[in-house]
Amino acid sequence: MSEPDAEIVQFDNVGLRYGTEKEVLTDISFTLYPGRFYFLTGASGAGKTSLLKLLYLAQRPSRGLIRMFGTDAITLSRERLPGFRRRLGVVFQDFRLVQHLSAFDNVALPLRVAGVSEREILKPVTEMIDWVGLSDRSHARPATLSGGEQQRVAIARAVIARPDMLVADEPTGNVDPDMAMKLLQLFESLNRLGTTVVVATHDVHLIRKVPESLIMRLDKGRLSDPTGALRYPPRRTSSDIDRPPLGFVLP
Amino acid sequence: MNASALFGSLKGSPDGGSGGDGTLLPDPRMGSPMPWVIAIVIALTVIAAASGLALRNAATRADADLVGGVTVQIVSAAPADRNHQADAALAVLAHAPGVIEARRVAQSELEALLEPWLGTRLGDTVDDLPIPALIDLRLDGPATPARVAGLRAQIASVAPAARVDAQSGWLAPVFRAISTLQWLAGGLIALLAMATIAAVVLSARNALVTHRQTIEIVHMLGGTDAQIARVFQRTAAMDSALGGLLGLITGTIAIVVLGRQFSALGSGMVAGAALGLTDWLAIVMIPLAGVALAVLTARLTVLSALRRML
Repeated sequence: MSEPDAEIVQFDNVGLRYGTEKEVLTDISFTLYPGRFYFLTGASGAGKTSLLKLLYLAQRPSRGLIRMFGTDAITLSRERLPGFRRRLGVVFQDFRLVQHLSAFDNVALPLRVAGVSEREILKPVTEMIDWVGLSDRSHARPATLSGGEQQRVAIARAVIARPDMLVADEPTGNVDPDMAMKLLQLFESLNRLGTTVVVATHDVHLIRKVPESLIMRLDKGRLSDPTGALRYPPRRTSSDIDRPPLGFVLP
Repeated sequence: MNASALFGSLKGSPDGGSGGDGTLLPDPRMGSPMPWVIAIVIALTVIAAASGLALRNAATRADADLVGGVTVQIVSAAPADRNHQADAALAVLAHAPGVIEARRVAQSELEALLEPWLGTRLGDTVDDLPIPALIDLRLDGPATPARVAGLRAQIASVAPAARVDAQSGWLAPVFRAISTLQWLAGGLIALLAMATIAAVVLSARNALVTHRQTIEIVHMLGGTDAQIARVFQRTAAMDSALGGLLGLITGTIAIVVLGRQFSALGSGMVAGAALGLTDWLAIVMIPLAGVALAVLTARLTVLSALRRML
């Protein structure tokens, strides 16, 4: 785990354009610290998904500097990319479940990719499937799951390997309010264990449920940081991380 | 269960393990025709290789038989003079250095040699024909032009009508033709190998397009190119092994049938073309080489394509 307050992600004047189009992200500069909870907000088309793509290393910027886990992510060699990606958990807006795999196997996929043995996979994956309420659907293929069920599988897959950073694009968009709260609690639990969480959402109610969170607001491809909290966040001690889950008990 | 218990201490290796490749991708069947294409290619390769090996055996056997052989012809129209010169030449050659055997070919053998052209009812007329007297020599080494010239010089005084020729010289055009056919077989094998590569490349690319979305997901989850390539390699190995086995069986049946038909010809040269144990072992290796080629091709094709993806 990274040292507290040693930045986990640093963007410096990052710009992104697709082809010869005008920039979809302009002069983006911010720093993410380990163990913090960030919300990324903004209107549709503001560039949230593009920013998340840069965060989960699916896209290289057109300009600027990006450092992740203390390493220049732009010049990162192809051989080192998988190792970095395994430190990330990603919830895609369109879920991106592997259609030929069952819910169980989709959730187990990051562990299998990381070389975890089948013996070690069974228990945590079963518990995670149970936690997202899909015990009776664990052998179902994604095509037979509802949108909300697919979203829960996608979230379970993103968190199963306890990533250093979780990036979620509208993770509660297809679930009912109760399940949304439950998933948020899952993110908070992971966050308490030291995982940096970045959630892109329109849901103001969701943001209000995490009072300690920091807000990143995108407006037409530019990041606003009116309070300066992104550049100069309040210090957080190591005791804040891995602290007991405040009586939060999963069923 | 609290959150800590849920997440436990489980953590994937950040540097990555080999991964359970078997469940990363659906079986990326490179197209159902793949084993059949491989089977056809391997069958043709087996037949071409067997032909090349048989030709090599025939050439080697014939060459071994003829390498030290020299034929002396006494070409004289007068039977008495012919016989006189032949006897004199035989007497000299029998004691010539390097000659391990000298034998005059019997009249009955000559008639037998001519029988296919002149028939069996020659009667006395055969004596009227100016058939050369033949002396068959075996040397203790190859009948080089220098040695042949030396023999010719030794008998020049006693048999001026003698013509001395290395037996291998008679079959030189046949050897050249065999050599050409061997090169042709080699060329065919090379072309068939290229056809295998092309078929695997096309199939792998097709499978990559079909499974592109899944590959991107596996990449995003930290899957390595090698992990993804292994899935394609495994499929290529299975397809080519199945095709190779079918091809080997088909090709072997063809070889056996052709072999029987050729052996029925009763020609000495064809008999020398029979395949030996090492030849059959080489033929059995062809499907294995095909599998190796298919796996290597699939790996290189997939890795090359993956490098173009982030």
